[in-house]
Amino acid sequence: MWAFGLYNYWIVIVLMMAGFYMVIAHGNLVKKIIGLNVFQTSVFILYISMGKVGGGTAPIISEGFTRYSNPLPHVLILTAIVVGVATAALGLALAVRIKEAYGTIEEDEIVKADTLS
Amino acid sequence: MTHNPVLRVMAKLMIPFILLFALYVQFHGDFGPGGGFQAGVIFGAGLILYGLVFGVETALKVFSPTILRIGIAVGVLLYATVGLAGIALNGKYLNYNVLAHDPVHGQHLGILLVELGVFITVASVMMTIFFAFAGRKS
Amino acid sequence: MAEFVDFILLGFLAVVALAMTRLRNLFAVAMLSGIYSLLSAVLFVVLDAVDVAFTEAAVGAGITTVLMIGTLALTGTEEKISGRHTMIPLLIVLFTGAALIYGTLDMPAFEDPQAPVHQHVAPKYLRDTPIETGVPNVVTAVLASYRGYDTLGETTVIFTAGLGVIILLGLGQRKPGGTA
Repeated sequence: MWAFGLYNYWIVIVLMMAGFYMVIAHGNLVKKIIGLNVFQTSVFILYISMGKVGGGTAPIISEGFTRYSNPLPHVLILTAIVVGVATAALGLALAVRIKEAYGTIEEDEIVKADTLS
Repeated sequence: MTHNPVLRVMAKLMIPFILLFALYVQFHGDFGPGGGFQAGVIFGAGLILYGLVFGVETALKVFSPTILRIGIAVGVLLYATVGLAGIALNGKYLNYNVLAHDPVHGQHLGILLVELGVFITVASVMMTIFFAFAGRKS
Repeated sequence: MAEFVDFILLGFLAVVALAMTRLRNLFAVAMLSGIYSLLSAVLFVVLDAVDVAFTEAAVGAGITTVLMIGTLALTGTEEKISGRHTMIPLLIVLFTGAALIYGTLDMPAFEDPQAPVHQHVAPKYLRDTPIETGVPNVVTAVLASYRGYDTLGETTVIFTAGLGVIILLGLGQRKPGGTA
C-alpha cells in the first residue's frame, strides 16, 4: 500500500514540471499556452486524487451505497476546466493578434522587433 | 472539408442527437452526472461540428453574432437575477429556499434556473470563441 | 483493479507530457494535448469524478484541440529552434520538482479515508444534500446551491473571457482578409 500511496502525487509533479519546462524553456507562444494547459491539468489530477476515497463511489447519492468520494474537489475542478478553456482561448487570441502585428510568435524575434523600432 | 459527402451526411445525422444529448445532460444533471457546464460545452461542440463541416458562414446564420453576444450576457444575468429574486422574497442572495413554498422545491427551482444561466453563457462563449478564430482564417 | 488502471493511465500521461516537451511540430503537440486530455478524462472516471471526466472529455479533448488547430492554421505549425539555453530551465525544473516531491512525503496516502480533506465539510454535504435540496447528485447541489457564489464568479470569468476574445478577434463584423 505505502509503496504506491504517493504515486499519484509524484506523477502529478512530473506532469507539472513538464508543463513548467514548456513555459520557461520554449520561445513559441502557442507552445507556452499548451504548457500552461499541461500544468493546469496536472493540478486537476492532484485535486481529484485527493478527493478519492478507497472503496468509495461517485458522489451521487443512491440506495445501497454508503461510502462516497469527496464531492468538493470535483466541484472546484469542474468549474476550473471550463474557465481554463476560456482563458486559454483568450491567450490563443492574443497569440493570433501578435502574429498579425509582428509576423511571428517566437518570443526572441518579438523582442528583437521591439528593440529595433 | 465542406465538400466531403461522408462528413456532411454523418454530421447531419449526428448533430441533432448531440444537441438533444446536451439538453438531456442539462436537465438530468440533478440526478446523474451532468449540469450546465457540461451541457453548454456539448451544445457548443455540436454547433462547432456544424461550423466545421458546413462552413462558419452557414453556422453563423443559425446563431448570428448578435444572438451569441446577447446569449453570453443573458446567462450571467439570469444567474444574478435568481440571486436578487432571493432578496426580493425576503431571503438572502442566492438562497433558493424562499423561491417556492417548500424549501426543497425552492432549491430545485433555483438550481434549475442557475444551471440554465450557466448553460446559456457557456454554450454562447464556446461558439463565440470558435467562430472568432475560424472567421479570422478566410 | 482500479489501482492498476490508475497506475497505467498515469504512466501514459507522463509519457505523453514528456513527448510534448520534446516535439517541435506544433500540430503534433496539439494532437498529443488532445490525447493527454482524453487520458486524464479516463483517469477522472477511475477516480470517481464522473462530472469532471464528462467536462474534461468535452472541453479538453474536443474544444481545446479544435481551438489549438484553429490557432496553428493562423500562426504556423513549426516551432523555430531558438538560441536560448535549455540547461538553466532544466535545472530550475528539476530543483522545483525535487522540492515538491519532498513536500508530498508529508501528504496522506492516496485513497486514505482518514485524510484531513475528508473530515471537514464533505461529510456534511454528503449527509445533508438529499434532505436539504432533494438532489441526489451532490456535485450539482454543491456547485449550484451551497457554493453558488463561486459558480457565479466562475460564470463571470467565462463571460469576461468571451468578451476578451470578441474584442481581440472580432466576431462577424470584419470583412474576410481585413486586418485590425
